[in-house]
Amino acid sequence: MSSGNTAVSLRACGKTFADGTRALEQLDLEVGGGETLVLLGPSGCGKTTLLRIVAGLEMADAGGRVLFNDEDVSARPIEKRNVGMVFQSYALFPNMSVAENVAYGLRVRRTSKPELDARVAEMLAMMRIEELAERRVNQLSGGQRQRVALARAIAVRPRVLLLDEPLTALDALLRDRLRVEIDSLLRSLGITAIYVTHDQAEAMALGDRIVVMSHGRIAQIGTPQEIYHSPANAFVADFIGTVNRLPARFFPEQAGGSAELLVRPEDLDVVSAAEADFTGRVTSSLFLGNRTRLVLEGIGPEPLVVESALRGRFDVGTDVPIRVKREGLMTLPDDRRSSIENRTL
Amino acid sequence: MDRRDYPTLFLLILPAALVFLAFFIVPMVRLAFVGASGEDGLAAYVSVLTTPRHFESMVATILLSLGVTLAALAVSTVAGLFLVRNRFPGRETLISVLTLPLAFPGVVIGFLVILLAGRQGLIGDVSQAMTGEKLVFAYSMAGLFVGYLYFSIPRVILTIMAAAEKLDPALEEAARSLGAPAWRVVRDVILPALKPGLIASGAICFATSMGAFGTAFTLATRIDVLPMTIYTEFTLNANIAGAASLSITLGLVTWAALFIARSLSGSTVAASG
Repeated sequence: MSSGNTAVSLRACGKTFADGTRALEQLDLEVGGGETLVLLGPSGCGKTTLLRIVAGLEMADAGGRVLFNDEDVSARPIEKRNVGMVFQSYALFPNMSVAENVAYGLRVRRTSKPELDARVAEMLAMMRIEELAERRVNQLSGGQRQRVALARAIAVRPRVLLLDEPLTALDALLRDRLRVEIDSLLRSLGITAIYVTHDQAEAMALGDRIVVMSHGRIAQIGTPQEIYHSPANAFVADFIGTVNRLPARFFPEQAGGSAELLVRPEDLDVVSAAEADFTGRVTSSLFLGNRTRLVLEGIGPEPLVVESALRGRFDVGTDVPIRVKREGLMTLPDDRRSSIENRTL
Repeated sequence: MDRRDYPTLFLLILPAALVFLAFFIVPMVRLAFVGASGEDGLAAYVSVLTTPRHFESMVATILLSLGVTLAALAVSTVAGLFLVRNRFPGRETLISVLTLPLAFPGVVIGFLVILLAGRQGLIGDVSQAMTGEKLVFAYSMAGLFVGYLYFSIPRVILTIMAAAEKLDPALEEAARSLGAPAWRVVRDVILPALKPGLIASGAICFATSMGAFGTAFTLATRIDVLPMTIYTEFTLNANIAGAASLSITLGLVTWAALFIARSLSGSTVAASG
């Protein structure tokens, strides 16, 4: 797709609503051409506001600029920005058939009839919904609706595709299937995409890079691996996956100056007593099929969550020897800095 | 449904059926017979076409009602959408003021129109001060139009507001993201969503304007709408058969309008889900 390589830059974009609520602190953000960037965070963190500023549905506070490649689009409303949008509520036009929905953006652009028909057919084929072309929107399932919405958004060859929690309204199974489809769609189109979600699994699976947001600020930007294995602060560490906290005294060399160490449940192995770093008493044991989730007490001040792929039973009340994978130990840069500062004081 | 339920169902519908029969069917049939009992016989029913005065009155009434309906829909759609989408101090008060005319009888509305545009009216005073000429239109079709519009707006505005509140804002945003300018958003998204409400409230508005009497009677003198004609035939000319046949015709036209509106909105509702 020719327009698939639009880079998006936000410069000093903040948003304060009329009632004085500060939804977004001033921030800069670069999205590379063809990149899929995921905005991840709890509700009210400003991710949707950020997306709407890129879309042109909200205008950034004075001084904020939105650039598509090097073109300043800050003053343009959404209808002049040529972006594709997909909404959580699907937002399909109920008075039109599936084909008419997909054709809408092309009709607005006065595309000639043969070209329009060809493009609509191509889109329906791409989303594998050809047989639904003449259906009314209310005759479709949630998954079908979101496919139509995707087809409609990309039919006009937008410069940037913006997805606002597109899978949130679907049930778990459908969500997984459509997530895979969206991923391969974004890869094959090579289109620049910004994807908003509060679901970390979705963010990990889809994002080239993830922007974790909290209270209108960017908490961390990085690849899914960076975010998961080197969280920049406590918020990111807690928000992405499960994380255990260990007092620094267990592994003083790895801890550097930090007061505590972080470790993921999958980096804690159940081993024989001889190899163990420490033992903990099982207070809860949850069999999940491919693994067992254990909660252990008696190690640090907080209970420890361990995920073990070992077959066998772990009874509540028994002692389990644990070894920590050294490469799995993480420290928080913020934490290290603050503890160093504390020491020098 | 089970066949055994029928006796129970029959018993349940009986009170409503009796009331309907006694107070609706019987008087209607009687009215229909009275209409045909005059010296013209059944021909009375075509008098609305053959008697120029009746025909003119019918056309004037339909045109007035249509005009009032369209104007009320236009004004209320804009105002209703605005009220739903904007929050400002005094909004609740404004809504209750706008819906106040629902509580007024036609006579009061007629009186208000006279106060506004009558010989001693506000518009007359202002226009005299400004141009030296007194603008008086209370006692004409224009006055009736203003009065009917006044009491039609609340009916429409409440329906539009209810429909507009259910409109998903993402629909408009989706249309705009696809490049649709404002007028296309209105045409392709907002109006289709409001259509069932517009048709339903428009039909009510039309029917009310067709049969409204109090306002016309208050403004009277030079207005010849159908309910006034019926009144004149009945009281002044003692033409009971004529009045009855006109009543039936008025009822039929109004009913037809409501019926068409119902089937139209029915199909759009089915189409839009």
